[in-house]
Amino acid sequence: MRDALLTVRDLKIYYRTLYGYVKAVDGVAFELRDGEVLGIAGESGCGKSTLGNGLVLLKPPMKYVGGEAILDGKNIMALSQKEIKRIRYEKISIIPQYAMDALNPTKKIRQIVDDLLREHNSSFEEKRELIEERLAIVNLSKKVLNMYPIELSGGMKQRLVMVISTLMNPDVLVADEITSALDVSTQRSVVQMLYEMKEKKAMKSIIFITHDLAVLYQIADRIMVMYAGKVAEIGPTEEMVRNPLHPYTKMLLASLPKIGVRFVNERLKGIPGYPPNLLNIGPGCRFRERCPKAFAKCEQDPPIFDLNGRKVSCWLFERGDER
Amino acid sequence: MTRKEFAYFFLRNKKVIFAMCVLGFLTFLAVVGPYISPYKDPLAFVGLGYQPPSKQHWLGTNTFGQDIFTQLVHGLRTSLFVGLVGGSLATVIGLLIGFVAGYRGGWIDELLMMFTNILMVIPTLALLIIIAAYLPYRGIFIQSLIIGFTAWPWTARAVRAQALSLKTREFVDLARITARRPLKIIFGEIMPNMMSYVFMVFILQFGGAILAATGLDFIGLGPTRGMSLGIMLQQATLWNAIQLGMWWWAITPGAVITLIVATLYIMNTGLDEIFNPKLREM
Amino acid sequence: MRKYLTKKAIIYLITFFFAVTIDWVIPRFMPGNPIHFLISRFATLPEAVKVIQSYFTQAFGLDKPLHEQYLNFWRALFRGDLGISIYLYPQPVAKVIARSLPYTLIVLLPAVLLSFAVGNRLGAFVAKKRKLDNFALPIFYTLTAAPYFWFGILLAWLLGVVFRLFPIAGAYSFAMTPSFSWRFIVNFLYHWVLPFSSLFLVMLGGWAIGMRNMIIYELEANYSRYLESLGASQSLIRRYAYRNAILPQVTGLAIQLGTVVAGSLTTEIVFSYPGIGYILMQGILNQDYFLIQGCFLFIILGVLIANFLIDIFYVIIDPRIRKSYTGEV
Repeated sequence: MRDALLTVRDLKIYYRTLYGYVKAVDGVAFELRDGEVLGIAGESGCGKSTLGNGLVLLKPPMKYVGGEAILDGKNIMALSQKEIKRIRYEKISIIPQYAMDALNPTKKIRQIVDDLLREHNSSFEEKRELIEERLAIVNLSKKVLNMYPIELSGGMKQRLVMVISTLMNPDVLVADEITSALDVSTQRSVVQMLYEMKEKKAMKSIIFITHDLAVLYQIADRIMVMYAGKVAEIGPTEEMVRNPLHPYTKMLLASLPKIGVRFVNERLKGIPGYPPNLLNIGPGCRFRERCPKAFAKCEQDPPIFDLNGRKVSCWLFERGDER
Repeated sequence: MTRKEFAYFFLRNKKVIFAMCVLGFLTFLAVVGPYISPYKDPLAFVGLGYQPPSKQHWLGTNTFGQDIFTQLVHGLRTSLFVGLVGGSLATVIGLLIGFVAGYRGGWIDELLMMFTNILMVIPTLALLIIIAAYLPYRGIFIQSLIIGFTAWPWTARAVRAQALSLKTREFVDLARITARRPLKIIFGEIMPNMMSYVFMVFILQFGGAILAATGLDFIGLGPTRGMSLGIMLQQATLWNAIQLGMWWWAITPGAVITLIVATLYIMNTGLDEIFNPKLREM
Repeated sequence: MRKYLTKKAIIYLITFFFAVTIDWVIPRFMPGNPIHFLISRFATLPEAVKVIQSYFTQAFGLDKPLHEQYLNFWRALFRGDLGISIYLYPQPVAKVIARSLPYTLIVLLPAVLLSFAVGNRLGAFVAKKRKLDNFALPIFYTLTAAPYFWFGILLAWLLGVVFRLFPIAGAYSFAMTPSFSWRFIVNFLYHWVLPFSSLFLVMLGGWAIGMRNMIIYELEANYSRYLESLGASQSLIRRYAYRNAILPQVTGLAIQLGTVVAGSLTTEIVFSYPGIGYILMQGILNQDYFLIQGCFLFIILGVLIANFLIDIFYVIIDPRIRKSYTGEV
């Protein structure tokens, strides 16, 4: 097995609100291995974006409550402002969900890049070759460097952000819903570009956050499914898709439309009910209200059970196998 | 925002609480002041001139022996009245023009905005001067009207921008699909969503009207009868109150105006924090 | 970009046309017929009545049809003929204004530019710094809430009367005549300090508050968040936010211009500073309507020119307009 680049243990990130804490990420644990693409999937509001963003930049109203995320031997959740500044971009970076809106509209791209690199003891001139090479990967002309963000289309801006975010060749790249705003044909090419950048060592590992399992199937080595702030299941992509363990994963996969299957023959199965309100939520498996297989034990928090390298957080697997 | 949240942030916001207290006190003074003052007529000559504050004259007297406190509370009434009438009028006109322009769009929008932009460039005080100069008899009501009719342009522009952004929201579309009349949509759907904003605009217009009236009064275009804080300042300057060191005459009225307007601004910022979660300090 | 400036220029031309028309209409159609009122008021001064009547017959041609009167008004205007001042009879209004203008500008311009520069810096500096913000904000609010002229009165009383640091009347000592000698310049600056400071400080408060509020919004913007995510320092993030927040402030400068000019006029009155505001006040006190009308036109002309200059400046600093990006400004 490859080494873990990033190890997350019992991480808790809550949102402070008027009525108490929203436990958006509540005791999440996983490891990101060197060179892999870890996909994080789940419905909106399951905490996947909070997790991805929180690892890079934790700002109010987000609040770090407990646990750790070890990168390069340090818990990056508990570093001083000064230390974390070096870690960001150089060790861990992000392509944010708002990528199309991430660049200051009144500065030239070149200026933005130069300013950012100078914050990390580099400069535009020093990285000129690398920048041009990466721009070629994402199909952008180097002319864009002398343009203002407002002169670029949304898609161009997103690809540009992909390049900018990875100029320091970070160990970990968080890609947050980068395909969500795109149509299916562009989704494919963006995922491909990201993969090519990884091949060219633009980053070591990727945390790929999306609600779209079909996209994950294309790029992820392993998938982590989250439900209501907790990890439901982690496992290799192929195995997970072919043989999902957690009832939630099963239902999530069943809700995917399949090619060649017509509604007439097989109805699309949605998941009945809604995710629970995460505000001041109590103990117990959070999926039990919607789970067809729920039983008495589900009133207690399920730990994560290890089944030959696959991890699942469900009492059904208490004895190693599904009962 | 729910009522509970509103109440919570409202009661927790020091800026708003402070502003409410000060404004409450000043309103109280304006209402009750003329009755608790020993002198009824602000223009009556009730004592010796040049008197500093004392038991007989709480804020002293001016050169002619008129009582400053009596003038001040009457002036305060005038200021609040002008603020209320002028500010309301400007808010209403600005709202109407902004809404119609933003909602109807097209040539109506172009025309209204052209008109708005033109009025916006003309300095309000200059316009007020030219109008007021030719009105031989001016009361505070006329003054409020003139101010109201000249102070609305920025509100119209701001409201138009808001209406444009609200127009595209789903609930308005829904109302439109169901073929409701435009005015009904404006008052039924858009307005309620903008109430907090409208209230903040009114506060700013209120303060603006008071300042504009003070400026007019000061250059000698105030009400031809009656008393106002601006007129007090004008007379104080004309009769060299500063040179004579009569601070109670030259400084006090302006301090009251500054207090009113600053309080209104602080209230506005406080309300902004209440309505806009991004500005809140948790 | 050219389209943007052309559009603005057209608006300003229409505004000017509009202002001149107001200037012509109001004395004519206000209730109570001000012109007759005006003439009757000076019945005891036969000379003044003669001036007014001769001016009206000449420039307005009261006996002629309305549209001709209107055209004549424009013709007179283009000749630079704004009428004869009654208060300073028989000097032409244009000449009186031209003589006062430098005094207004020498106080107004430095006050506007310096307060804009310093106020924006201060506002950006205190934003998002809790303690500093809580301390500075009430000060800024008090400054910006004060009527300009009252703040002038306050400074005059404090620094002029109580501490006797600065003179509080006129542009220079009575005993002096304007010249380019050191003695005169020092004396002139000495008189200039208080009017300048009162304008400067009141405006400073306004700019600081505007910048504080703008920059808070910009610091919450996505691009700020992205910079921070990539480990940028607070100073870089603030620099970017400042760059964007200054744009609406420049627009604000254009909007505030009218108020600022009005403020400078009233402040001149406090300090008997012989600028446009001072003679305007004299015009009002002496019912010198030609002078009032002339000042009105001149103020508007000045504001329009300043607005256009600001527009050009805005085009230079905002790439969105330079790249002919269509956006409401």
